[in-house]
Amino acid sequence: MAHVTRLARSAPSSLLCTVSASLCLTGHIARFSGPGPLLRETADESPARSYGELDAAAEIWRRTAVLVLRPSPSPSRLQFFAKLKAMKRFVYINDESYQNDYCDNRISNTKYTLWNFLPKNLWEQFRFVTLSATKEAWDDYNRYISDRQANEKELWIVKNGSRKHIQAQDIQVGNIVWIRENEEVPCDLVLLGTSEPQGVCHVETAALDGETDLKTRVIPPPCVGLEFDQLHKLKGVIECPVPDKDIRRFDANIHLFPPFIDNDICPLSINNTLLQSCYLRNTEWACGVAVYTGNETKLGMSRGVPEPKLTAMDAMIDKLTGAIFLFQLSLVVVLGSAGNIWKDSEARKQWYVKYDDDEPWYQILVIPLRFELLCSIMIPISIKVSLDFVKSLYAKFIDWDEEMFDLENDTPAHAANTAISEDLGQVEYVLTDKTGTLTENKMIFRRCCIGGTSYGNECGDALKDVELLNAIANGSPHVIKFLTVMTLCNTVIPIKSPNGSISYKAQSQDEDALVNAAANLHMVLVSKNGNIAGRMSVVVLDCQSGKILLLSKGADEAVLPCAYSGQQTKTFVDAVDKYAQLGLRTLCLAWRELESEEYAEWSRLFKEANSALTDREVGVPETIEILRQSGINFWMLTGDKQSTAIQIALLCNLISSEPKGQLLYINGRTEDEVARSLERVILTMRITSSEPKELAFVVDGWALEIILTHYSEAFTELAVLSKTALCCRVTPSQKAQLVKLLKSCDYRTLAIGDGGNDVRMIQQAHIGVGISGREGLQAARAADYSIGKFRFLKRLILVHGRYSYNRTAFLSQYSFYKSLLICFIQIFFSFLSGIAGTSLFNSVSLMAYNVFYTSIPVLTTVLDKDLSEKTVMQNPEILLYCQAGRLLNPSTFAGWFGRSLYHAIVIFLITIHAYSNERSEMEELSMVALSGSIWLQAFVVTLEMNSFTFVQLLAIWGNCIAFYAINFFISSIPSSGMYTIMFRLCKQPAYWITLLLISGVGMGPVLALKYFRYTYRPSAINVLQKAERSRGPMYSLVNLESQLRSDKDTMMVPVATTPVKGKSSVYEPLLSDSPMASRRSLGSSSFDIFQPAHSRTSYPRNIKAN
Amino acid sequence: MRVRSPKNASLFGSLTGRLRLTRHVAARGLLSLSGIPAPIVGAFSLIGIVFVPIGLASLSASQAIVELVDRYDAECVSASDKVGFIQDTKTDKACTRTITVPKPMKGPVHIYYQLENFYQNHRRYVKSRSDKQLRYKDATNLIKTCEPEGTSADGAPIVPCGLIAWSLFNDTYSFSVNKKAIEVNKKNIAWESDKSSKFGSDVYPKISRKGDSLVAASWMRKCQKLYGRIESDIMASDEITVVIQNNYNTYSFGGTKALVLSTTSWIGGKNNFIGVAYVAIGGICFFLALCFVILHVVKPRTLGDPSYLSWNKESPDHPN
Repeated sequence: MAHVTRLARSAPSSLLCTVSASLCLTGHIARFSGPGPLLRETADESPARSYGELDAAAEIWRRTAVLVLRPSPSPSRLQFFAKLKAMKRFVYINDESYQNDYCDNRISNTKYTLWNFLPKNLWEQFRFVTLSATKEAWDDYNRYISDRQANEKELWIVKNGSRKHIQAQDIQVGNIVWIRENEEVPCDLVLLGTSEPQGVCHVETAALDGETDLKTRVIPPPCVGLEFDQLHKLKGVIECPVPDKDIRRFDANIHLFPPFIDNDICPLSINNTLLQSCYLRNTEWACGVAVYTGNETKLGMSRGVPEPKLTAMDAMIDKLTGAIFLFQLSLVVVLGSAGNIWKDSEARKQWYVKYDDDEPWYQILVIPLRFELLCSIMIPISIKVSLDFVKSLYAKFIDWDEEMFDLENDTPAHAANTAISEDLGQVEYVLTDKTGTLTENKMIFRRCCIGGTSYGNECGDALKDVELLNAIANGSPHVIKFLTVMTLCNTVIPIKSPNGSISYKAQSQDEDALVNAAANLHMVLVSKNGNIAGRMSVVVLDCQSGKILLLSKGADEAVLPCAYSGQQTKTFVDAVDKYAQLGLRTLCLAWRELESEEYAEWSRLFKEANSALTDREVGVPETIEILRQSGINFWMLTGDKQSTAIQIALLCNLISSEPKGQLLYINGRTEDEVARSLERVILTMRITSSEPKELAFVVDGWALEIILTHYSEAFTELAVLSKTALCCRVTPSQKAQLVKLLKSCDYRTLAIGDGGNDVRMIQQAHIGVGISGREGLQAARAADYSIGKFRFLKRLILVHGRYSYNRTAFLSQYSFYKSLLICFIQIFFSFLSGIAGTSLFNSVSLMAYNVFYTSIPVLTTVLDKDLSEKTVMQNPEILLYCQAGRLLNPSTFAGWFGRSLYHAIVIFLITIHAYSNERSEMEELSMVALSGSIWLQAFVVTLEMNSFTFVQLLAIWGNCIAFYAINFFISSIPSSGMYTIMFRLCKQPAYWITLLLISGVGMGPVLALKYFRYTYRPSAINVLQKAERSRGPMYSLVNLESQLRSDKDTMMVPVATTPVKGKSSVYEPLLSDSPMASRRSLGSSSFDIFQPAHSRTSYPRNIKAN
Repeated sequence: MRVRSPKNASLFGSLTGRLRLTRHVAARGLLSLSGIPAPIVGAFSLIGIVFVPIGLASLSASQAIVELVDRYDAECVSASDKVGFIQDTKTDKACTRTITVPKPMKGPVHIYYQLENFYQNHRRYVKSRSDKQLRYKDATNLIKTCEPEGTSADGAPIVPCGLIAWSLFNDTYSFSVNKKAIEVNKKNIAWESDKSSKFGSDVYPKISRKGDSLVAASWMRKCQKLYGRIESDIMASDEITVVIQNNYNTYSFGGTKALVLSTTSWIGGKNNFIGVAYVAIGGICFFLALCFVILHVVKPRTLGDPSYLSWNKESPDHPN
C-alpha cells in the first residue's frame, strides 16, 4: 500500500491521486497473471493473494501477517474470555472436548414444535383470521420434510484424525468438513484447504444472495501449504462473532496450535468462508472447519419467517367479521334477556315444561348461552377454509398462466405469496426500478469514443463498425489499450469448457458485455488468476514490458474529474452526454502507467448497452399506458442520473413531452434551495391540476434526503397530487422510505424491480414484484410475485388481480350471507318456541349446510369471469371498481345482510304457514326450511355468477341433487332423528309447491332490483357486460361515436385517476357510473375539480342522448 | 383526466368510419324500437304463468276440504276456578258437544285436537325424551335426556320417560253421528315407521302409562295432533255429537283446546295460504313484467352502450 501511495504522491496528475484513493477505499489490489516477477509489495487488510510458486506466496503471507498483525491476547484479556463468550464464539478446530457448547447442524425451518403448536397457532389464528391451521400444519410438514432431506444428507468429516461418513445434521462446531465439487456446503465453514495448489476455490452463492457468478474463496494464510493428511490433525482456535445474518462480513481471527506454523493470530474475512447453501464449483474438493451450524448459520439467521402480509380485503373482511360479532353479541344479550323475561312471566305457567321454582342463580345464564350457541354460526368458519382454498387457486392460476410465460428465459410467472392476489387488483401506486425493469438490462457494446474518435454507427453496434475493426487490425495503440482495459478491468472469471470455448462468469451485466465485446474484437481473456480485482481499478503488471499499469473504470462523474483537463476531455463530455441522450449506459475507462513520471497518454472510452426504446423491453410503454388508464400512478425510482432517467421515462411513456406534459424539477444542494424548489413545485401542481396536463416531478437522491428528513409533510401532499414522479440517484433505503411514505397515506403500493437494490423496496411494499431477469434472482426471491417481463405486470394486475378481487368479494360476502340466513331462521323459530333457544335444525344438517351444501357451489366462483380478459384489457379503467373497493365494503355488505334477512323471513314465514296444522312437526319443518335455503342458495349463486362453465353448473345443481341424496340416506337410518322424514316430504306435492313458492318470492324482488339497477343505474361493469354480450366486436365504434357526440355534449365527466385520500366507496356503491364518485375526496379541499355534481349531472345527459 | 386516445379512432380511417357509423346508427334505432328487455319481461311473465294456475289449483283443492272446528275449552268447564276444576281428579269431566255438518264430508274424516298457546317446541320440552328407551327393550335406564321427568319419586326409571310422555294429551272423544255411535279408528295415526323401527314393537307392553300405546307413539312425534279417523262419509246436515272427557289442563297457561274434523286432499289439510300466495305472487309478476314494458316505452334505455362509460365521455374543453 505504501508503494502505491508513494507513487500517487509522485504522480503529477490528479487522476492518479483520486484513483489511488479509491484503491485504498476499496482495498483491492490485484496483479495481472502470467509468469514474471511478483508484485511483492501487495499488502492489504483483506487477504489479497499472489499466485505463483507456493513458497513465494507463503513468504508474502508471512509479511502480510506482520503488516496487519494485531496484538495477541494478553493473559488479562484471556480472563475476560468467559465474558466475551456472550459476544464472541471460539471454535476449537477438530477438538471434541469443546464441541458441545454450540448447537449441532440440524436445521429447522418449521414454525412450530409439538409443544408450542397449539398456543402459538391459536395466537396466530387470532391475529390472522385467514390463515387456517390445516394449511399451516401442512406447509410446516412440507418444510419439515425438506429439512429432513437436508439434515440427513451424508458427507465426510474428520473425527479423531480419521475421515468419517456422517449425516449433515450431526456436524458439530469445530468439525472439519470435506466437500467435493458441485456439493452444497452444509454449514458455515472457514476454509482450511482445497485441491487447488494456490489455495483457492470457487463457489456459487446464488442461493444466498442470488448472484450467479462464481466467487473465489481463499485459504487463510496459516493453512496454506498444508498437506492433505496434515489437515486431519490440524488444531487451533477461531475467534469469531456471535452468529448474525450479514453475509458480507465475517470478522474473525484464526490461531493454529503448534506444531502448525506459529502461534500468530491471523485475521479472517468473508473471503475465507464457505457459507451454507453455496455450491462448490470448479474445485475438486475443499475442506473447512464448521463455525456456524444449524439455524445459526448466516443463511439460517437471515431466513426468518416473514410476517404474513394482510391484504386490504382481508382487513375489510376482518372488520366486517368484527361488526357481525358485535351484532351477534347484542342479539344474544337481547334475546337472552327476552328469553329470561318470558321464562319468568310465561313459561312457568306452562306446566309441561316443568321449570323448577327455586333454581340456582346460574340458570339465568342458560338461555343467553343457548342463543350464543345458536348465533355462533353467524360468523362463518368455512370462510377461512374457502378463502385459503381460492387464494391458493389464484396463485396457481398465476403460475399456470401461459401468457405470462417468459419464452426467452423459459421462466413462468410465480406467486410466492399465495395470500395477497386480491391486493393486486387494488394497486394504486406502482413504484418501479428503471434498470432491468423498464429496460431489459441486456448490455450490448454499442458505441465507444477512443482517444477522441467515436466509433459505432446509428443502428448501433460498435462491433460491426468497420473503422473500429480497421483500427484494431492496424494495432492503433489507443484502441489496443482500450481493449486491454475492457478485458482486464473487471471481476470476470473465464471458464474453459472441455471443447475449448471460453465462457465468462461476470458479476454484473456491464462487465459481461465488455468482456464479450472485447473477445469479439480478438482480445480474449484466457485465464486470469488475479481475480480479487478491484471494483474500480486494477493494477496490472505488463509482463512483456515490465510496466505497471493502473486501469480504471467507472461512471463519468467519478472518472472525469480525475482526468486531464483539455480539449479531449470536452470531446468525451460531449460524447457521454450524447450517449446518455440516446438512453445508453455510459462507463468511462481510464488507464495510466504508474511508474512513468510523465503521464504518457490516457484514454477514455465510453460504451454502453443500449437503452433505446425499440429494443428495450418489449411492451413497456403499452403496459405503462394501460396501467395508467386504469388509474395506477407510476413512480420511477432509479439509481441513474437525471438525464438518463428522464430519457427513459419519455421513451417508456411515463411522462409526456412538453405541450402535453410538464416536468417539475426539485433540486438544490442546500436545505433552503430544496425547500424553495419544493414549494414552487407544489404551487405549480395545485394551479395546473385542473388543466389536462400531465405533470410529473423529478427529484434526485440528494434533495430527496433533505425532503424526507425535513419536509416530509409537504412531500406527502406532493405525492398525493402527482401521478408521476421520477426519483433519480436514490439509494435502496430511500426507495423503501418512499414506499413507506405512500403506504402511510393509505395507498396500496406495488414495487417492482429486478436487482438486489430493489429488495428493500419490494419487501416494504404491499406487493413486491420481482423480475426474474438477468441481474440475478435476488429481487425475485424476495418478491411476492416474480414475473419474467415487465409487460406481464398489466396482466398480473388487470386480469389476475381484478378477478381475484371480484371473486373474493363475492365469496366472502356470500359466506356471510348464507351463515346469516340460517341464523336468522333459527332466531325467528325461537319466537315460536318460547324464546328458549330451540334449534330448528339438527346438528348434522347445520354442519352439512356449512361444509357441503353452501360451500361447494360457491367455490366455483374461482372460475367466474365478470368480463372477458380482452374487454378488461381494452377498458382498463374498469380496474377502478377494485381499487376503490366498490365490490366489498360496508355498503355492499349491508346489501347482502339485507338479502339474508329478507330470505330468512321468506323461508320462515312460508314454511310456517304452509306447514301449519297437522304437518307442523319440527323435523319436517326443519327440512322444509333447509330445502328452501338450499334452493335459494342455488339461485343466488346462479344469479351472481357471470359466466358459466360446465364445472359451475355441475357444482351448483349437482349440489342440489347431492342435498337430496344425502338427506335420503340420513332419512333411511332408523336411529337418526329424521328417519323417513325426507321420503315422506318428497311424496307430498305440497312440499314441492312450497319450495317453488319460496324460490319465487325469494328471488323475484332480487331479480327485479338487479334488473332495475342494471338498466337504470348501470355500473361500468354492467355496461361492458352488456356490450360484450350484444355486440362484442363493435368496440371500435366507441371512439368514433364519442367523438361525434362530444360536440353536442356539454357536461363531461373526466376520469379522475389521481387517487385521493379517504375513498368514499362506501357511500356510492355501484350506483354511480362515475368512477370519480369513489375517488372523491372527503377531506382534501384542494380538489375543487372533483365536484360530486359531475356524477349526478351525467345521468340526465345520458338519457337525453338517447 | 385520461380520455381515450383518438389514435385508435384514426385507425379506422375516414373511409370505414362512415360505413360503420351508418350501420351503428341503424342498429341503435332498431334496438330502441324493439328493445323490450325480453329476458326480464319473459322471466317475470313465466313466473306469473306458472304461479297463477298452481295457486288456483291449490286454492280449489283447499276450498274443497270441509273443516269443522269446535273450540270447547271454555264451554266444557262451567266452574269459575277452571284450573281447580281440571286438576281435581274426582270430578266428572264429561262434556257433550254437538256439531252440525254443513257440507257432506267424504271419508276418511280426520279428527284432530288443536292446542293453542302450547309451546310444543320449547327447548326443555322437545329435548326431554329418550328415543333409545322406546326403541330397545333393555334400554329402560337410558333416561339421561329425560330430565326433569326421568325417574319417579322412588328413583325407578319412568317408561316412557320425559316431559313429552309425561304431558300426554289425555282428553278422549267419543263420536256419534245422528245419535248413532261411530267408531274412531285410532290405528295408523302414528307414522308406520315410528311403530316398526323407531319405537320397537316389543317395547309397547312395558309402557306403564295410561292411554293407548299408539297414541303415546304419535305424541312422541311431538306435534302430532291427529287423534283418529272416521272412516265413513258424513252427510250434510248430519249432527255429530262428541262426548269429551275434558282432562287436559290448558287452563293454567291460558291455552285453548279445539276439536277439528277435516277431510283431506292432495294438498293436505285445509290451508288457503299456499293458494293465495301463489296467485298473489303470480299477479305481482305479471304486473312487474307490464311495468318493465311500460318503463321501457316511457324511458327507453339502450343497454351496453360503451359511451355511457364515464371515461368515454369526452370533454369539449379538453380535446386530446
